[in-house]
Amino acid sequence: MSTPATVHQTKWWSGGKSPFNLEYGKLMMWYFLMSDAFTFGAFLISYGTIRFSQNFWPDPNVVFSAFPGAGHTQLPLAFVSVMTFILIISSVTMVMAVHAGHKGDKKGVIKWLVWTIIGGLAFLGCQAWEWHHMITGAYPTLIDGKIELIGQTMAANPWGEVATAADVTKALSNSSVETLAALAHQTGATESHSQLLGMSAEELIAKINTAELHVREKGPVAFGGYFFGITGFHGFHVFSGVIINIVMLIMTQKNVFQNRGHYLMIEKAGLYWHFVDLVWVFVFLCFYLI
Amino acid sequence: MDHQSASSEVTFEHHISDAEFKQRVKKTTILLSVITVIELGIGLLLYAWPGASYLVVLMFKGAVCILTLAKAYYIVSVFMHLGDEIRNMIMTIVVPLLLFIWFIAAFIIDGNSYKNLRNTYDLHFKETTTPVHGHHGSPHQEEPAATPEPGKQ
Repeated sequence: MSTPATVHQTKWWSGGKSPFNLEYGKLMMWYFLMSDAFTFGAFLISYGTIRFSQNFWPDPNVVFSAFPGAGHTQLPLAFVSVMTFILIISSVTMVMAVHAGHKGDKKGVIKWLVWTIIGGLAFLGCQAWEWHHMITGAYPTLIDGKIELIGQTMAANPWGEVATAADVTKALSNSSVETLAALAHQTGATESHSQLLGMSAEELIAKINTAELHVREKGPVAFGGYFFGITGFHGFHVFSGVIINIVMLIMTQKNVFQNRGHYLMIEKAGLYWHFVDLVWVFVFLCFYLI
Repeated sequence: MDHQSASSEVTFEHHISDAEFKQRVKKTTILLSVITVIELGIGLLLYAWPGASYLVVLMFKGAVCILTLAKAYYIVSVFMHLGDEIRNMIMTIVVPLLLFIWFIAAFIIDGNSYKNLRNTYDLHFKETTTPVHGHHGSPHQEEPAATPEPGKQ
């Protein structure tokens, strides 16, 4: 980046020009993003404080190991890497859109904005699947001496320690027939669900393949609130970013920027979109990696 | 047309050739992808190595944090072009962000202290929440606790 020699001779603070050589709107976008960084930072630090105040915290490799269409196969971190790459690539396409705007290339702006919007929607779709999978999941959890099938919600966390075999054996005899039928089904029983429900508890316990059965104790409840709160707040940013990009696309199509003589608006939308990617880098770190 | 006059407030424009720009974006994209792959590799390594000591786990997690900061630097400086702005402007963004150093340290230490206080004065908390079967990387692994009662955290 060659900056002209005139930079050093300009009297930046003498008035009539931006001392930061930036358009007002873009500068304010930067300050908004800085304050937004503190908002996200406060959320993530609060999560860190609670996590550090606990003796046990769920292992992300255990929590995030599902992949669409892979059934119960454990694929730790696979899906979230897909999400991360989608967001990185959509950040790159946004850089291309901003660059096309610099050159006043309307067609280029439209093309790259469309790709960015597709990337944003793909990310949101992935997040919707991930949330749905966690909330509606049926994870065998040892609760008050019996096994219950619960999902990851704001009120319960099925990702505690692995329960001991002795505890599981004891808990099986206390569990409801519905739970036992579901467990038998999960661990590979071939009978239909209604057939299983017709059996007695003893028959069902015999049907359950304990080698395939992974029962955990309840984990820290705070996990759900922080996970859904922070990824939800980030997802909301992605959503609003997609809306902003769609508005930019429509304005480009209607020649608004062409008539204005510059595509600075695309740069501001671009800053916001990159910030969304930047935040994801830290959400990814705090929830999925460490 | 080469460049459009942006705004009357802007004194000069950054000029960058198409080839140079493409080169830069390509390099940054590859860099970000490689760092992400390394981070994932470390995450999976810790998963596949449950016997790793507390210190080793801490070191790997520290490495992931540093890699993440590198990623953040490249996104902000290249994709968001902050690196190309005037130094004074960069400082108005970066200097306030230094607050995070205090912010993170103070609150994490506070959380840790709360845990230590509860483990010292609230034995019920300690006995019901300390991992017994060895959650990898736990510093409490060697202390056998009483029967865990689920759902008391």
